[in-house]
Amino acid sequence: MISNLPLLSIVTLFPTAGALLILAARAVLPGSNKGFDDGVKLITLMVSIATFVASLVAFANFDFRNPAFQLVEHVPWAFGSAYHLGVDSLSMSLILLTTFLTPLCILASWTIEKQVASYMILFLILETLMIGVFCALDILVFYIFFEGGLIPMFILIGVWGGERRVYAAFKFFLYTLLGSLLMLVAIVAMIIIAGTTSIPELLRQHFDPQVQIWLWLAFFASFAVKLPMWPVHTWLPDAHVEAPTAASVVLAGILLKMGGYGFLRFSLPMFPDASHYFTPLVFALSVVAIVYASLVAFRQVDMKKLIAYSSVAHMGFVTLGMFAGNVQGIQGAIFQMLSHGVISGALFLCVGVVYDRMHTREIAFYGGLVNRMPVYAAIFLLFTLGNVGLPGTSGFVGEILTMTGSFQVNAWYTAVAATGVILSAVYALTLYRKVSYGAIQNPKLAGILDLDAREWVTFVPLVIATLAMGVAPSAVLDFTRASAEAISLAYVGAAP
Amino acid sequence: MSVAMLDLLQSIPLAWPELVLAGYALLAVLLGAWNGERSFGLLSFLGVAALIAAGVLAIAHQPASAVRIFQDELTIDGLAVFAKALIAFSAAATLILGADHFAQTGEKRFEFPVLVALSVLGMFIMVSARDLIALYVGVELNSLSAYVLAAWRRDDARSSEAGLKYFVLSAISSGLLLYGSSFIYGFTGAISFDAIAAALPNGAGVGVIFGLVLMLCAIGFKMSAAPFHMWTPDVYEGAPTPVTAFFAAAPKAAAVALMARILYEPFSAMSGQWQQVIVALSAISMLLGSFAALLQSNLKRLMAYSSIGNMGFALMGLAAARPDGAASALLYLAMYLPANIGIFALILAMRRGGVAVENVDDLSGLAQRRPWMAALFTMLLFSIAGIPPLVGFWGKLVVFRAAIEGGLVPLAVVGAVSAVVAGAYYLRILAAIWFKPAGAALAPASGAVVLTASAAAVLTFPVLVFALGALQQWAEAAVRGF
Repeated sequence: MISNLPLLSIVTLFPTAGALLILAARAVLPGSNKGFDDGVKLITLMVSIATFVASLVAFANFDFRNPAFQLVEHVPWAFGSAYHLGVDSLSMSLILLTTFLTPLCILASWTIEKQVASYMILFLILETLMIGVFCALDILVFYIFFEGGLIPMFILIGVWGGERRVYAAFKFFLYTLLGSLLMLVAIVAMIIIAGTTSIPELLRQHFDPQVQIWLWLAFFASFAVKLPMWPVHTWLPDAHVEAPTAASVVLAGILLKMGGYGFLRFSLPMFPDASHYFTPLVFALSVVAIVYASLVAFRQVDMKKLIAYSSVAHMGFVTLGMFAGNVQGIQGAIFQMLSHGVISGALFLCVGVVYDRMHTREIAFYGGLVNRMPVYAAIFLLFTLGNVGLPGTSGFVGEILTMTGSFQVNAWYTAVAATGVILSAVYALTLYRKVSYGAIQNPKLAGILDLDAREWVTFVPLVIATLAMGVAPSAVLDFTRASAEAISLAYVGAAP
Repeated sequence: MSVAMLDLLQSIPLAWPELVLAGYALLAVLLGAWNGERSFGLLSFLGVAALIAAGVLAIAHQPASAVRIFQDELTIDGLAVFAKALIAFSAAATLILGADHFAQTGEKRFEFPVLVALSVLGMFIMVSARDLIALYVGVELNSLSAYVLAAWRRDDARSSEAGLKYFVLSAISSGLLLYGSSFIYGFTGAISFDAIAAALPNGAGVGVIFGLVLMLCAIGFKMSAAPFHMWTPDVYEGAPTPVTAFFAAAPKAAAVALMARILYEPFSAMSGQWQQVIVALSAISMLLGSFAALLQSNLKRLMAYSSIGNMGFALMGLAAARPDGAASALLYLAMYLPANIGIFALILAMRRGGVAVENVDDLSGLAQRRPWMAALFTMLLFSIAGIPPLVGFWGKLVVFRAAIEGGLVPLAVVGAVSAVVAGAYYLRILAAIWFKPAGAALAPASGAVVLTASAAAVLTFPVLVFALGALQQWAEAAVRGF
């Protein structure tokens, strides 16, 4: 019964339906007063929770042992493309991450007071576009969702962001657009060569190795910016720092994963020869990202910037694992993406908590928070340790698996990457020590309050997710195994 | 392919769109001379009706295969019908805007709808011309009306300058067109497109190439492709905004359709020669349109450079030298023009204390003052910038596809880079709207403006998502004759 419904369309389009509802309310009801704004927040929260429930229904109707695309919907459209949706376990897991994080982001946005209706409308549209990226099975539809996300994000950063928000919004938009348009040229070339826009059919197509090189480079331009990889990561610290808290969470938690998803969906299985050819390049860039970004993170004075650089370092593990090409590496990369989505999102929320109270992110401003905010300090510690990769948290599993995978391919790169684990402990624990420990020196902190009920509700699901994935990773790994094996087979199977 | 060729009497029923426009223009002149300013409202209304009727008639009488009328002087084929529909509907939209605007400013001169109708008649002849004479007549009828429109505010120095500048430069381009035509006539001995095409395979001599290049320069001037774009920013800025909106829409469709016809019908055998010219025009237009606009603060000038860049994208489709390339250029226009008209409608709505303001900074904080107008601006600008899911993206996609299929990958990459640079200046407008603190409020927009801009915005997303397939088939049918 339920399985006859277009479940993926419902999950994808439900947030937009909520946005249209708010738009209609905005048109009918006069002006924005406090009551209207609260109503909008409540509607948005309920819509995003309903979307999460819908995605759980889709999950219940999904057989993870089957590596094929499931819950497929196909409606022919123009220019040979089709509204073609479907999921495998890789995309299903990322959709769940998206629908899981969004309600928490809405909760974290409760403190927004400026143009609330516009903010919530944009956020819901953004959710539709993010879910669409992961379930599109038509390469043009994928591109539309992938690129369309720029519009709401640009406005979210630019309107509700920090001081240098305009600069950050432009940098984010133009960086990503350049990469994406090069990918568009490659997509068009692929469509012409293969004569189809369907991703499952493109996956069966064998492109000429010489052509693969160019296509791979064009896709790389887009995904490397999105992920981001060193040296095209420079938009990320700016965007993260200036974005409002919830947008930072979405950026770190989901938008970055689109780059990793792109590599796993397109680059590895569709261009295996080129991927082999470029593996040393990717390894080198990943290792540089891990070491360099960790060192840069250590020197930051802004909390969000520090976490942003730590994201760059952690994404280095993702690329390291996926280009190892074996099942462990790819499993590790997927796991690391999910884990990083939860942990870095949670860390940005932690920064948001004190930022809402003090309106500064400067590390030196804080100190001794544990005295006034014991619960906050405990939660912050948990996520800091997760970020470091302590066993028992989800961060450990991702890092160890990616390194196990890449060690089989190249021991030297892996050895250097392993120093990143130590470096991450250095910067993350230093941040934690400076912010939480010691006596309160700054008189302005004397009246700071611990978490309120709303913040409790926001953090509890994240704490559970981090610990559950750390203690019982096999649940997630079993779930994603079918996809990881299929990708690895397509990649290794084509090895010269 | 047998082509029906009809004489004068048989032709008349097929020439209804042109006859409606000509009849309207002649009647309106009489009525206007009789009644003066009082008839402005009525004549504008009738003008809109005549334009819409002409567009609908053109579509309704689309023949299954090409029909030649007036003894092979004009043709009615898919290309002509597609172009006529685009021209007529976009001219009707701009006439609505103009009638509304001039009624507000008190410049109710009845010649406005008449000149628009005559100009559109000229464009109709341009896009269905079958020989060099008809082509020239169409171009001139269109241009002469346009000069007067540009100088519409005859007491305003900027408007007069725009008219004069347009006239002088356009006259040179008309001269080039004639000069080129005379070369072609001299070296092929023919003025009919069929006869020219038949003469060409025997060897296109240097004379024909010379003539063709001169003609392409002239048409490039009419469509404001770089490096023949010099007039565009000044004329766009100087002319009254509704006239600018008109210049930015219908004549572009006519010029691109004419370019497509010339390249793909009489001179299709010379594609090796003209392809280089079109590639160069396209690349220069895209780059210049995007980089030069970065420094503009006046919205109308900015839109002038934007239209130069967008003509570059349309030319990229034509440069592919294959029928689906021409179809992609037509599709590009069909997707670009509505958004462009919508933006000009919003520029018309930028009035403060009874005075028109037209700088990017005047939009500061619009999102807080007038959220609906800001939302319309956002959709339309992102559509022109080619960001999915809006329809402008599909326009870029089809021309990229045509270029890559035609083996012009470097041109497509140039297009991608210019699209990013162009994105920067569209974002600058949006940054003013959304990110800057609210400035003084703009006056409320009139009903006609809101209607036009909303219709354009609806076309950029929900409608065209469903109509995309039909539009594609129509454009492909339009180039089936090539």
